Amino acid sequence: MSQPLLQIRDLVIEFPTRRALLRAVDQISFDIEAGEVLGVVGESGAGKSLTGAAIIGLLEPPGRIAGGEIIFAGQRIDNLDHDQMRKLRGKRIAMIFQDPLTSLNPLYRVGEQLVETIQTHLPLNNTEARERAIALLDEVGIPAPVTRIDGYPHQFSGGMRQRVVIALALAAEPDLIIADEPTTALDVSVQAQIISLLKNLCKNRGTAVMLITHDMGVIAETADRVAVLYAGQVAEIGKTQDLIKSPKHPYTSGLMSSIPSMESDEDRLIQIPGSMPRLNAIPQGCSFHPRCSKAFGPCTEKRAPLVDVGESRAACWLYAAENGNG
Amino acid sequence: MLAFMIRRIFQSIIVMIVVALISFLLFRFVGDPVNQMVGIETTPEQREALRVQLGLNDPVLTQFWRFIWGAAQFDFGISYQFKQSVAEMIGKRAPATLELSLMSAIFAMLVGIPMGVYTGLKRDSWLSKFFLTFSLVGISLPTFLIGILLIYVFAVQFQVLPSFGRGEVVQVGFWSTGLLTASGLKALILPSITLGLFQMTLIMRLVRSEMLEVMRTDYIKFARARGLSRKAVNFGHALKNTLVPVITITGLQLGSVIAFAIITETVFSWPGMGLLFLQSVQNVDIPIMAAYLMLIGFLFVVINLIVDLLYVAVDPRIRVTGLAQ
Repeated sequence: MSQPLLQIRDLVIEFPTRRALLRAVDQISFDIEAGEVLGVVGESGAGKSLTGAAIIGLLEPPGRIAGGEIIFAGQRIDNLDHDQMRKLRGKRIAMIFQDPLTSLNPLYRVGEQLVETIQTHLPLNNTEARERAIALLDEVGIPAPVTRIDGYPHQFSGGMRQRVVIALALAAEPDLIIADEPTTALDVSVQAQIISLLKNLCKNRGTAVMLITHDMGVIAETADRVAVLYAGQVAEIGKTQDLIKSPKHPYTSGLMSSIPSMESDEDRLIQIPGSMPRLNAIPQGCSFHPRCSKAFGPCTEKRAPLVDVGESRAACWLYAAENGNG
Repeated sequence: MLAFMIRRIFQSIIVMIVVALISFLLFRFVGDPVNQMVGIETTPEQREALRVQLGLNDPVLTQFWRFIWGAAQFDFGISYQFKQSVAEMIGKRAPATLELSLMSAIFAMLVGIPMGVYTGLKRDSWLSKFFLTFSLVGISLPTFLIGILLIYVFAVQFQVLPSFGRGEVVQVGFWSTGLLTASGLKALILPSITLGLFQMTLIMRLVRSEMLEVMRTDYIKFARARGLSRKAVNFGHALKNTLVPVITITGLQLGSVIAFAIITETVFSWPGMGLLFLQSVQNVDIPIMAAYLMLIGFLFVVINLIVDLLYVAVDPRIRVTGLAQ
């Protein structure tokens, strides 16, 4: 098999604070294949967005990459300087943020922002860039793009603005789009449209997507594979169907059973007791063990390695021991 | 757009009438101008004759109407002290003050905005910290002291710049300008810096805090994620978004710069309106004071009008609300 588009190896992101060094992301590893949709789920603070920001090189100081490697298309990119990274951003890796209402600069016409982005990455003159901008707007489903291109962001609705944002992200045909909760700020009725739009556009172009969300429904519909993050670590990673049907890690099973189901008649949802630990109080051993119903001996002592369990990979002592990785 | 402008101009006229009313009433009650103009040996009959001549015995409304009607035609009567047309006297001196104010505003913006951008972008560099400390000095030192310091350093110690006057001026129509001669430009440097220093530091601090605010926004993050160059992000996207408050403050400050050029003009013996105003206050020369007040009011109104139009040019969102009203 050819090399994955993106490889993340033991990525560590730290925040130096006055009191202590906080590890927000602790040795995360995963791959994204070309054209694949990888869902990244986890609670708030699990390190999803930070991982995305680290890939595109936009970690906000004082956050910094303290270890590990990010390899994109065979090239290590976590140590590139500002200009080299800038040439990658937008051109090969694009990012979509949560809130479309604030992602667009209110003072510039939608077309100006599109043309600016297109011309930054592609050698097109003004007319060509404008034509391309109109084509992009058409493609993301903006009605009457020829006139709408001269509108200002405040003249667009939330869903339409997120479409514009997607058009901006696709402007230079990137290989990978990091979508950081692209639908959280939108109406439920619009969410599905935006997700299917993003999915179809990327499928047609062979663009890989790292879809960061905490909405398992979105993941189930969209993602090829899922990585479940917990307290800055990968708890489980595997094919979406496997993860949903037979979750391996107790945290994943907890997540799955906390999704309301149409079929069962249960009155109450099952919930995972407790909450994710704060960064300055991550327990020793497996960080999930205080909340885990299956915790036993080794869980309190040492962090479990990520091992193959069936088709998936999980970081849990229930499986690590079986494979002899003690 | 046209409706917006017409509405604003209409509002401006109302403001000007109110200013006229205030300046008219204010100076009706500062004392009897006749006492100031005549000697001790003037007979009551002569005084009465002077009153009639100045129209001081007419009903107040008539006097007010005369004042407004005159003001609308730039006729502010005859100075009690100098026996000359007030409009002419102010017209002669206004170019000096306006040029000084304009230069100091340009200085404040050309230096203040880049310094603000720099300190906003490189928060932790030592140069930013130096600028901030320096701006504290600029804000806290009184204008006359800065003027005297500058005179001491550049006029007395190094003797490179003149310490008083406008230098050579060239007459362009009714406007006497110092911008066209070397000595006129040189003479402008120190007073402009003195007058503009406070504004410069204010603009710098304003731009800095606005930049800090804007750099945190999502659209800046997204602009970076799109791979735009640092220049495009910082100046195209960030700076433009800081401009609305900067235009407001700069506009209002330009008005105050003109109105409060008095101190700087005194320090540098600048032959502008400020000096004239000070003299007229000493002499209770009511027509000059009233005209000065009207002129400053007029300048504020014009500047505010321009500021409003600039908003519309910068921020499309204002365009819509302006039209919808």
